Formats: sequence, C-alpha cells, structure tokens
Amino acid sequence: MALADARTGSGEPPKVSLLYNPALRSVVYQVVTLVVIIAAVWYAWNNVVQNLARANMTAGFGFLNSRAGFDLAQTLISYSSDSTYFRALQVGLLNTLVVAAAGIVTATIVGLLVGVGRLSHNWLVARLCTVYVEVFRNIPPLLVIFFWYLGVLALLPSIRTIFQHLKEDPDAVFFISNRGIYMPAPVFGEGFGVVFVALLIGIVAAIAFTIWANARQRATGQRPPVLWVNLALIVLLPLAVFIVMGQPLTLDYAVPGSFNMKGGMVIGPEFLALYLALSLYTASFIAEIVRAGIRGVSHGQSEASYALGLRPGQATRLVVLPQALRIIIPPLTSQYLNLIKNSSLAVAVGYADLVAVGGTILNQSGKSIEIISIWMLIYVSISLITSLFMNWFNAKMALVER
Amino acid sequence: MTESIVYVRDRFLQQEKPPASEKSAYAWIRNNLFASWKDSILTIIAITAIVLYVPKALNWLFFSAVWTGTDRVACLTVEQGGQLPAGWSGACWAYVNDRFVQFMFGSYPRDELWRPLLVLAMFVALLVPFLMPKVPRKGLNALLLLVVFPIVSFFLLIGGVFGLRHVETSLWGGLMVTLIISFVGIVSSLPIGILLALGRRSSMPILKTACVVFIELIRGVPLITVLFMASVLLPLFLEPGNNIDKFLRALIGVSIFASAYMAEVIRGGLQAIPKGQYEAADALGLNYFHKMTFIVLPQAIKLVIPGIVNTFIGMFKDTSLVTIISMYDLLGIVKASFGDSGWITPVTPLTGLIFAGFTFWIFCFGMSRYSAFIERRLDKSHKR
Repeated sequence: MALADARTGSGEPPKVSLLYNPALRSVVYQVVTLVVIIAAVWYAWNNVVQNLARANMTAGFGFLNSRAGFDLAQTLISYSSDSTYFRALQVGLLNTLVVAAAGIVTATIVGLLVGVGRLSHNWLVARLCTVYVEVFRNIPPLLVIFFWYLGVLALLPSIRTIFQHLKEDPDAVFFISNRGIYMPAPVFGEGFGVVFVALLIGIVAAIAFTIWANARQRATGQRPPVLWVNLALIVLLPLAVFIVMGQPLTLDYAVPGSFNMKGGMVIGPEFLALYLALSLYTASFIAEIVRAGIRGVSHGQSEASYALGLRPGQATRLVVLPQALRIIIPPLTSQYLNLIKNSSLAVAVGYADLVAVGGTILNQSGKSIEIISIWMLIYVSISLITSLFMNWFNAKMALVER
Repeated sequence: MTESIVYVRDRFLQQEKPPASEKSAYAWIRNNLFASWKDSILTIIAITAIVLYVPKALNWLFFSAVWTGTDRVACLTVEQGGQLPAGWSGACWAYVNDRFVQFMFGSYPRDELWRPLLVLAMFVALLVPFLMPKVPRKGLNALLLLVVFPIVSFFLLIGGVFGLRHVETSLWGGLMVTLIISFVGIVSSLPIGILLALGRRSSMPILKTACVVFIELIRGVPLITVLFMASVLLPLFLEPGNNIDKFLRALIGVSIFASAYMAEVIRGGLQAIPKGQYEAADALGLNYFHKMTFIVLPQAIKLVIPGIVNTFIGMFKDTSLVTIISMYDLLGIVKASFGDSGWITPVTPLTGLIFAGFTFWIFCFGMSRYSAFIERRLDKSHKR
C-alpha cells in the first residue's frame, strides 16, 4: 500500500539536492579536471620559459636548417656532415623504417615456422621450438642486441684478416668481417629505369591475371596455370627488357683501402645486431600468437574439410588458415608495433635510427623539447598508420556474418 | 524344451598385452619422430644440429670454462699473454665471480650491504605468502607489501635518518636497481592504471579524452623516448634551479609508461564484466565509488591477472633500457664492466651477457610460470 502511495502521491519526482544531480556533478568533475590540466601545463610552460631564458636558449624549430656537422654510418639518401639537421632526421627515419620493415618480415616468417613447429607431431621439433620461444621471450631485447653486437659480431674476423684473405684469393667478392658484411653493389646504368618499369608492368599484369584466373575458375571450374604465368610475367618480362636494353647494370666491388674496405655495399654490424635481435625476439612472441590462432580453430573444421575431399595442404590453406588469421591478426598488429618501437634500441649500438640521430642532435643543440616532440609525433604517426592498415586487413579477413 | 543353446561365458579371457607396434619405445620413436618422410628429414636435421652444437655449447659454458682467477690473465691464451693453450675459448666465470657483488649491488658501500640484504629478506618474506593463494590475510599482506614495505625500504636504502649513513642513488646499481625500478613501476602502475582505465570508460567527454590521449600517446611511443622525456624534459618543466634526482626521473618515466599499458589491460577486464553487474550495483543504490571497489573492480582484476603479470614481465625486461640514459641496472653494470681494464678479454662480453641474460631469464620465466599457474587456478574456479 505504501508503495502505491509513493507512486501516486505526487506527480513530480521527489526533490533532490543539487549536490546529487549526476549531470551537474559530471560538469563539475570535468571542469575540475580541465582546470588541473591547464594549471599543470601553464606551470610547466612557465618553468620552461624561465629555464630556457636562464640557459640563454630559444625555443622553435628553426635549428633544423642549420648544419649538422656529424657523420652517419648508414645513409640511404645523400647525406654529409654539411647537410642540415632536418636531412639527418630524414636519414634516421629511413633507417628506422628499413630495420623495422626487415625485422617485421623476418620475425613473421620465423614466428610462423616456430609456431607451427610447436604444434608439430614431431616430438623433437616441437621441443626445440618450445625451447626457442621460452628462451627468447624471457630475455630483454636490449640484451639480445648486445649479445649479437658485442658477443658474436665483434668476434668475427677483422679487416686485416680479410686483406690477408684477399691476397690469397683475389677473386673473392663477398666478405664477412667484424665491420660488417661486404658485397658487390649494383650500379644502375642508363636505361635501367625501363627495366624497372617493365617489372612494375609485370607485377600489375600478374595481379590482373590472377583476378581473371579466379573469375574463370569460379565460372568454369578450371584453374589456369597461375603460378607459371605469374612467374613468367614477373621474372621473364623484366629479364627480356634487361637484355634488350644491353644489360645496363654493373657491379661495384669492395676493394681493400688503406684502413677499411672501399666501395661495394656494406651491411654494418649495428644494423645486423639490431635486425637479428629484433627479429628473433619478436618471432618468439609471434610464434605463440600463431600457435594460439591455429589451436583456436576447432578440430571439426579440418575434419570437415578432409571429409569434403580436400588434401591436407588445401585444408590448411583454404579452411584452417583463414579462420586462424582472424584470431592472429589483432595481437600480431601489436607485436609489429612493438617491433617498430623496439627498433629505437638502435641507440644502444649506434645504429643511426631516428632516436640515435635525434639524440645526437639533442646533445649538440640542446633542443630537447623540439626533438622529443618530433620523436613522439613520428612514432605516434607510424603506430597509427600501422594500426589503420592492420585494422583494414583485419576487417577484410573478418568472418562475414549474415 | 529346456534344452538351451545359449552359451554364457563364465570367465574372462586373459588380458593381452598391447601390440608391440603401439606401445614400445620403438613405436614411440616411429610415431613421434619418424611418422612420415618429412618428419624423418626434420628429425635428422634436428638431431644433427643438436649433436653438432649442444656439446660445443656445453663445453664452452662449463667444461673448458675458467672458474677461478683474480684478473684477466686467468682467461687469456698464451698468444694473448695468459697461460691457457692457444685457440682456447670458453666462459670466464672467474670474472663473474670476481664482480658478483658489483653486479648485485653496484657501488653500494660494501660495509652497508646489510641494508639492501635486509630489504631483500623483507621482500621475500612478504612476497612469498602473497603469491600463495592458500595463505589467508591477503589484505594485510598487500598493505604491508605495497605500502609499508616501499616506505621502510626507501629509508633503509637511502639512509640519512635514524643514524643510517646517507647513500646517494648514484651509488646504487646492479640487480638491486633492476628490482627497485620494476617494483616501483609495478606498485605505482596498478593504481594509476586503474584510474586511467576508469577514466577511459567514463561517460564524461573531457575526462575520457584526457585519458585516451594520455594512454594512446604513451603507448604509441617507445619507452626510450619516455625515458629521455623524464630525464631531459622533467627538469625543464619544474621550478628553475631544481635538481631532481636522476634515479627518481627514471622511476617517473617507467611508472608513466607502465601505467598506460596497465590501463589497457585493466580496461580489458572492465569490458569483460557483464553489464548486469553494473546495473545490479546501480539498482542496489551504490554510488560510483562503491560500485567500482566492491562489485566491478574485484571481478575485473581477477579476470586479467594473467595480463597483469605479463605486463609485469614486460616491465621487468624494459627496465634494462635505463642503461641507455646511463644508469647502472644489471645490464648497464655488466656492460660497463666490459671496459674494466682488469678483465678485458675476448670472452668477457659473452660471459657477462650470458650471466645477465640468465638472471633476467630466471625472473621472467618464474613470473610467466606463476602467471600460467594462476590462469589454471582461475579456470578451475569457473568450472562447475
């Protein structure tokens, strides 16, 4: 009865103190948050201005146009110590991207192999893969970098040994030393651009042919020889153009200089140490992701595909893997992002990546705020672009539900 | 009529042994190592690799290693100025043995070593019961471990009070620093991470935006830039003339970084709690604080304990990065000792790195085993 009274007693809701009004509270909380944030930023900014004034420094990005004055070991674009800081940062960014891309490819391949290996029926292979994963997953990546750099690569033969070796065998073109791996560098002559265009045309044609072949298979049930036609398009077409153009490619061999090898192409020990460490470290995580993904596909799926008459290879490729990919891709994305971020450990061995170059500039010019904001901007952009791409890939792979 | 042709067996047959092709060492080898020709090839490659490299590695690590010695001469070959036979290569454990105290405590004054040791003893005494699910009084234990213990050990380690000698943080080093940084990171990242996760799930736009920007910004950049930020920018952001301790800067950097990652783990737990739990708490008339502390967070955190431990493992490994801002954690001090003229030999770096790697590995492997144990336990409690 009392309940009914309460409901019918008065038409309007009971009066509540403004203090308990959720909307008002929410506004108050947010205003307080905003005020605290603004106060903190203002406080920090004020101090920065004073601190900079004390040190007789100015803020701003104008310094990027001044002369760098330091050399970099690995440069993909033209760079000398007379170039600007901005150019140096570009070199660093490219080096970061190169080592990250190489690391991602290798880590994915090794991780896939090890992950599948852990599920193998072969007892020995499964154990070996487990040992690999458990060892590398539980060691800091920085230590693995040092291990390669100081423990392994530093023990390779010295340049002097290479000189000795060259005297005995003057025709050798490929050397491994503690200063890196030397090999002949390709020098692109006139007309190589045409070969490159031919390669691009070949790739586009191969993609077009694959699409046509898939359509034809759907329509008629016959599959044209995709692999062979694609190989011919991608390899033979550029090769033919290459020969027709008169082989516009020469090799620049590494030859002994006074203290070091001159010419040729060299992969430095810094890059190798970083690349090997990042690949092997990340591969152990990718292996676990792949394993979880494959185990996540129910056994009935592969049995059903055998029942339909698919061969084991086909069952894996057409039934199990597409479903496993749905489980694998999201954590794989974060591993790729981790690898890109871990490439900043380059600074520990002096590989000229974005952080190492930025650190040098920071030490020279003292522009700490600017350099750190450039780092953050670039890394956040790389992370965002990678996540966007992987999200797109994930959406493409996702199960289409009716 | 009564004649029956029904045959009833009145005794069991003797049980036969399984066929030799299924239950023998031979069968096991055939099924697990040589099931198909591809398997056989893989097995042979693997066995060859093991036979080729494992004895070599064991020999390098143990049999031809040098265990005793007072300086580099012990680990040098005849050509390099020592006594070992030419072409010798092996681990130089004498070097690790000689530098062991330094690797553990850095340059902490040798006559004050009882202080870090006491802290370690307290840590173990508090941590072990905390990790065992069966030991009661988890609340008191957590309070002691996460609040009282850090305060006590701070004063014990740094000194300057109660007649203890002041020990500057620049003297700290080695495994001690690794453990302190990761412990502080762990202890501070939990509450900050919970607050950030709640902020990110909140319906207030400004609060939510602030938390999302912070979390995504920190998670989007490498730890090394956050450490640079803490070590270079922090002094700029504070009052002119401040002289904020270098060790403290690293701690702040690691804590900020860890909090952002922890926030995402906890958010995962919050999202996994069914909406009915939130609504039930609202229906009971609980306010936001009570709803979170009594209903949602206990369930959410329990769900993501494995994720939290994984974050701890990551953080423990990441502490090695403070080497780059020239602090001497375990890896930093091991690396610094390579330049020590008393022990420069070709095998020193490899030996030192293997030692540091093994130490890191033990801790991380232990944590991951514990995480797996908790995961199994939680799994069981959900089964009926």
